[in-house]
Amino acid sequence: MKDITTMTALDLGRAIKQKEISVAEAVKAQFDIMKLRDPSYQCYITMMEEEAYTQAEEIQRRIDAGELFNSTLAGVPMAVKDNICTRGIKTTCASKILYNFVPTYDATVIEKLKQAGAIIIGKTNMDEFAMGSTTETSFLGATKNPWNTECVPGGSSGGSAAAVAAEEAFYALGSDTGGSIRQPAGYCGVTGIKPTYGTVSRYGLIAYASSLDQIGTIGRNISDCTAALEVISGHDLKDSTSVNQLNYSYREALVDDVKQLRIGIPTDYLGKGLDEEVREGILNAAQIFRNKGAIVEEFEMHGVDFAVPSYYVIACAEASSNLSRFDGVKYGYRTENYEGLQDVYKNSRSEGFGNEVKRRMMIGAFVLSSGYYDAFYNKALKVRAIINEGFQRAFEKYDIILGPTAPVTAPGLGESLSDPLKMYLSDIYTVSVNLAGLPAVSLPCGRDKKGLPIGLQLIGKHFGEKDIIRAAYSFEQAVKYERPISLTETNKETKHISSDITKGKGE
Amino acid sequence: MKITEDTIQYVAALAKLSVTEGEKKKIAKDLEDILDYMEIMNQLDTEGVEPMSHVLPVKNIFREDVVINENNREELLKNAPKQKDGSFAVPKTVE
Repeated sequence: MKDITTMTALDLGRAIKQKEISVAEAVKAQFDIMKLRDPSYQCYITMMEEEAYTQAEEIQRRIDAGELFNSTLAGVPMAVKDNICTRGIKTTCASKILYNFVPTYDATVIEKLKQAGAIIIGKTNMDEFAMGSTTETSFLGATKNPWNTECVPGGSSGGSAAAVAAEEAFYALGSDTGGSIRQPAGYCGVTGIKPTYGTVSRYGLIAYASSLDQIGTIGRNISDCTAALEVISGHDLKDSTSVNQLNYSYREALVDDVKQLRIGIPTDYLGKGLDEEVREGILNAAQIFRNKGAIVEEFEMHGVDFAVPSYYVIACAEASSNLSRFDGVKYGYRTENYEGLQDVYKNSRSEGFGNEVKRRMMIGAFVLSSGYYDAFYNKALKVRAIINEGFQRAFEKYDIILGPTAPVTAPGLGESLSDPLKMYLSDIYTVSVNLAGLPAVSLPCGRDKKGLPIGLQLIGKHFGEKDIIRAAYSFEQAVKYERPISLTETNKETKHISSDITKGKGE
Repeated sequence: MKITEDTIQYVAALAKLSVTEGEKKKIAKDLEDILDYMEIMNQLDTEGVEPMSHVLPVKNIFREDVVINENNREELLKNAPKQKDGSFAVPKTVE
């Protein structure tokens, strides 16, 4: 039988339409692999096997009835980050404080996926409340990088990126507040796109920092990411920051042509703190674009060093406000140790939140408190304006900005959490994109000597998704997708197990 | 900037969190490092710059005040740690 789970999402979608593979077959193949590999990688918080088979029946019926003919991903199994509300399915944000929370409604993106015939197979692991860059702050334990299980998958959408890399899902949804789609995609050797702020509805996304959060897609290539982005994007009355655009047809941009495309590399993106092998990878990528006829040059962009402090002040301030709703009254965890109402609030929160979340709420409370508001919060908002201005000026000259996704490849498990400041600094190339609300994609551009994937980041202007999709597609034509080597080994195990089963039956 | 244990006590109260005496020192040190780092923003001249809380222009979006969500009180209450008579239950707060 065909090796279903190694297919791309779009190829599987086509095979399902042509009745070469049934939806139920695809779901079965996916769960076989998930059961085999997830004990090693721990990508999932909740697997939805029963629901997936029920969905499969329904979607198969709709396909057979001639519906969904326009829906390229109908019947394709996919995963959702566990901070996106799914009706009737636990949504935990990888936190003790929401360990048993079952949303009574679907996020807008989930409604759209269901309409398009997606098969949701599970909810993926993440840093608690999306606060972290390693998926280690999850209350449910860390996800492992499929390229090397001693390394982190990145974060906060580490479960989604690892699941896609490990072929435990054909594509996945993540959320990106300061790099949480792009950085794990980079560490896991897959492609992740964060669209322009306002492109995808945030209704039903459990908020971290509302002015920065944006849902996006992770896939094994840009075409899959683009197809999924088309499904979830669109104006939504339920999100007042959602922007009504004329055209969401991103697939038009899947063209192998970057001739005369103007690409700028900020000199500071190649400066201090950048790993030498990552720099080489990025410069090679730049050369590939040059060879394909793009105009690539370095330029000075100011303010790069100020993005991280501005980002953390703003994100923490917004988080301290957003997370005040978790108080042990309406949903989630409630302490057993209380007398009055104040105890319920305080003890439920203190026992329910992890250290990193508490730290960020305290930073947020501090920078918003009287006496410090101007020096920190207001200052950060002004720095944000300057960073945005810098991008706007750059986009007068360039169509795309190119650089690394992260200064290093995936660090080892346990290396990052001991020094929070060091962890924050590793977000240097991603956070400014959120501050300015721009679209950006991370895609694999080779590996370092340790064999770990290097992430290339392409940043577009506001609503310039098509520019970066076109560039990413052109780049992919020159650089072949690599699957994690360890998967070939677990595949052998598959054969081993299935031959055992056959043997058992024979006897 | 010096972050004292009193500041931590104050900030924790603002965030409705309790911190033990033992944790305070470590939290104060972490916050001090982080806030010290954030102060590098002062090297950037922002005189006359308008603070930007949103990148794209945001405006109030109005709609008719009609109920569109379903009545799912039962379902919602299932998530409550404690419920009573169709409401969320909390310890007595008013004598």
